[in-house]
Amino acid sequence: MFILIVGCGRVGSSVARAMLREGHEVSCLDEDPESHARLEVGLDKGWEDLGGQFTVGAGLETEALEAAGIEKADAFIASTDGDNTNIVISQIAQRRYEVPTVIARILDPLRAEWYERQGLHTVCPTRVAIDMLESAVREGARREGGEQADSSAEVA
Amino acid sequence: MYIIVVGAGKVGWNLTRELLGKGHEVTAIESDRRRYLTVEQELEHNISYGDASELWVLERAGIQRADMVVAVTGDDEDNMLICQVAREKYLVERIIARVNNPRNRPHFDLLGIKPSVSATDLILRLLEHEVPEYGLVHLLDLQEEQLEIIEMLLGKDSGVTGRRVGDLEMPEGSLLISVLRDGKGFVPGPDTVLEVGDEVLAVLDPGHEEKLKDLFGPGGNGNGNGSGG
Repeated sequence: MFILIVGCGRVGSSVARAMLREGHEVSCLDEDPESHARLEVGLDKGWEDLGGQFTVGAGLETEALEAAGIEKADAFIASTDGDNTNIVISQIAQRRYEVPTVIARILDPLRAEWYERQGLHTVCPTRVAIDMLESAVREGARREGGEQADSSAEVA
Repeated sequence: MYIIVVGAGKVGWNLTRELLGKGHEVTAIESDRRRYLTVEQELEHNISYGDASELWVLERAGIQRADMVVAVTGDDEDNMLICQVAREKYLVERIIARVNNPRNRPHFDLLGIKPSVSATDLILRLLEHEVPEYGLVHLLDLQEEQLEIIEMLLGKDSGVTGRRVGDLEMPEGSLLISVLRDGKGFVPGPDTVLEVGDEVLAVLDPGHEEKLKDLFGPGGNGNGNGSGG
């Protein structure tokens, strides 16, 4: 599978490495040439030596998307640090380039939910954090409540 | 009419003031705190502070009852998406988006954000109108109606000067509507002979510019076959 990842930050670069390790063709696009170094963290060879591709450019520029291989992409991941950029470029990937699998990282839970309903596959790290925090607090409260019940039982 | 203006920079601030002057109900939304405080001194309750990319900020500004949303921030992605949710989520009937970088216009079109206005494009067109050496000038684009009106200056090397209008083979879907000569315009008849220095106006279906350029431009042979040769 040919996977194009736009936004090579901590999330994008980790996903890129994992996908390359699993044997996929991986191409990364980022505005910042320095982000190439992040791709090679923990690798014993260079990113290109391992078969990876890296292009410098903005995700909103169609020339950059095409240079990074969007026309032959089977999957597209929008993981820049901007929600708006991710939402726009994933719609470009879907509608203009008809990439079969498009996934957008959206931090804003309300918009992630709405765009999901519009047919965009979204991943919302904020939603995940909220859910985990809520269940951690509930879990803590339950344990606390249990201990209190135990101690009152002892008193009785 | 209730209008929400997103972005209270120079464009948004002046627009809000003009719309209020015309008697509309207007709320401007500005995400920069300092800018908000400056503009708020004049607009008072007609400006709201927040990032209009966030749905709750739009809802607090009353987007559910808005008749129109105008997104004029300095960020094209913001303008696109604010208009997209305004129309598709909140069913606002009319939207207008500002295009900052004309190269982003295809993205606005792709997301169905119409009309979109680009000051850079407008200035470029005015410039082309003032400096006709650019060749073909778009005078009017009616995107919805699928019509364009363009203007071309016939130079010394144009292939159609000295020829009768009736003899020109205009490409299908185009029509010569007017000739400007010595500062005066007239509707050409089949016997009108085109001269060097004439400015011709044509109405055409979109996508025919190149054919007309070939016909009227340098070395054009006047038969409109698109090859220019």
